[in-house]
Amino acid sequence: MPHAATIDIKSLSKQYEVKGEPLPVLADITLSIRPGEFISIVGSSGCGKSTLLRLIVGLEQGYQGEVLLDGQRIVGTSLERGIVFQEHRLFPWLTVRQNVALSLLNADMTEGQKRFAVRDHIALVGLQGFESAYPHQLSGGMAQRVAIARALVSRPEVLLLDEPFGALDALTRAHLQQELHRIWEAEGLTMILVTHDVEEAIYLADKVVVMEPRPGRIRRIVPIDLAHPRDRAAGSFVRIKDEVLREFSAQPPAAADAAAALAGRGPPQCALPGAWRFAV
Amino acid sequence: MRRFNPFVAVPKPLRGWVLPLVLLALWWAAFRFGWSSSPVLVSIGSVWHRAVEQTLSGELWTGLSASLRRDLIGFAIGASAGLAVGAALGLSRLFENLVGPSFHTLKQISLFAWIPLLSVWFGLGDAAKIAFLSLAAFFPVVLNTFEGIRSVPGELMEVARVLRFNRRQWLRKVVLPSAAPSIFAGIHLGLIYAWLATLGAEYLLVSGKGIGNTMIDGREHFWMDLVIFGVIVVGLVGFALNWIATQIERRLLAWRGRSVAAY
Repeated sequence: MPHAATIDIKSLSKQYEVKGEPLPVLADITLSIRPGEFISIVGSSGCGKSTLLRLIVGLEQGYQGEVLLDGQRIVGTSLERGIVFQEHRLFPWLTVRQNVALSLLNADMTEGQKRFAVRDHIALVGLQGFESAYPHQLSGGMAQRVAIARALVSRPEVLLLDEPFGALDALTRAHLQQELHRIWEAEGLTMILVTHDVEEAIYLADKVVVMEPRPGRIRRIVPIDLAHPRDRAAGSFVRIKDEVLREFSAQPPAAADAAAALAGRGPPQCALPGAWRFAV
Repeated sequence: MRRFNPFVAVPKPLRGWVLPLVLLALWWAAFRFGWSSSPVLVSIGSVWHRAVEQTLSGELWTGLSASLRRDLIGFAIGASAGLAVGAALGLSRLFENLVGPSFHTLKQISLFAWIPLLSVWFGLGDAAKIAFLSLAAFFPVVLNTFEGIRSVPGELMEVARVLRFNRRQWLRKVVLPSAAPSIFAGIHLGLIYAWLATLGAEYLLVSGKGIGNTMIDGREHFWMDLVIFGVIVVGLVGFALNWIATQIERRLLAWRGRSVAAY
């Protein structure tokens, strides 16, 4: 079992420069994540949750405050941090096996070890028999499983998930949420999931971090003490869901955003079916 | 009741033959029923005789092989230079800043405007012709290689960063395969342009042997059957080159499947 990472974020702020004007994206984020913990981050569009994830994976630079992984400041990307994006981002000219093996290009392993690791991780996401398929031959859910295998095969200490199921249909999404939970239990690594979907956040996480926008701040951290497997229809589950949703309605700008999205006037990524289920 | 549709009656793979066969029939009829007495109109039979005579005497091969040899040499030079310049433009901002503006100015010059300059520099022989058709192949290859490299999806670039690819891995695993369809499109265009230019060069720099020169001979002597035979051969060669390029492309880019993947 790989070593799981501790992540410490201390007074993190980030701003972009837009036409010479500073535009704050994240303000004073402080968050501590224990090894092996599952954290969900929810918030409306523009609350900076994806930026936070990109800072942790190392794709974004330039910030104030500290982002520490096992006490070390994060500089650039690293094979210790895997990420799954909303789009699968598989290489269309490579087969499933080759796509997963791509992660091990720079791994310190023998060819034989690499072959085993790739085979094991394709099995972990349940895609035996599809090793030689090309991405265009896979369904959206299968492609996203390959992306998960690719992110896990290098045995990262932390897996970051940026709305990984946002573009999938409701059935596939529910199924993959179950699978992700199983993988988290099996691999024992730290996971951080960014999502629009409050139900998904509660179903999977030990803690749900609710963020509010402009600039992105943490509004509340809701611990989820429900035992697994969780039942979305159970009274305790629904109570927590209502509690998290109340945090949203209590914040005027985000609630306005949600209403706009429901009316079909929201930013493009909000138009995804199911992405705003929590608001209904 | 469905009305009989004559076009549906022809099986799909054979539909491409309908137009040429109709034209052939019209040609035959025009001659047979004496629709025109113009000496421009020759019979299918005389073109056929000319074809047999040209083939058996070896004159077809002399001309065609001279043309094809120039075509392939010029294409090879133009396409290789095009790949190198296109890759340099795509990969290096410095090179793009230095050479880009000049290149984009040069590509605006009509290919035929180069002929006087080339004939002064290289004479009227093979060297000038090869230089001319290398230029014809050069421009589309540069443009498509450059475009292909510059349009590698940013999403895949990020994946390469997350997976800690070094520059060599980034080139081999991301840039090259991603740019490949565009690069092949450029090479394919270059191949077609080079063949068109091969004929152009023979008309504009009249000297030596070549299938174009055979046709010019035909025109001088008013042997219409020879001219028509030449046109058919040139068309068939172009068709064959295009077919070969398409087959190679299809094989090498099989991963694209039928759908056009986003990335």
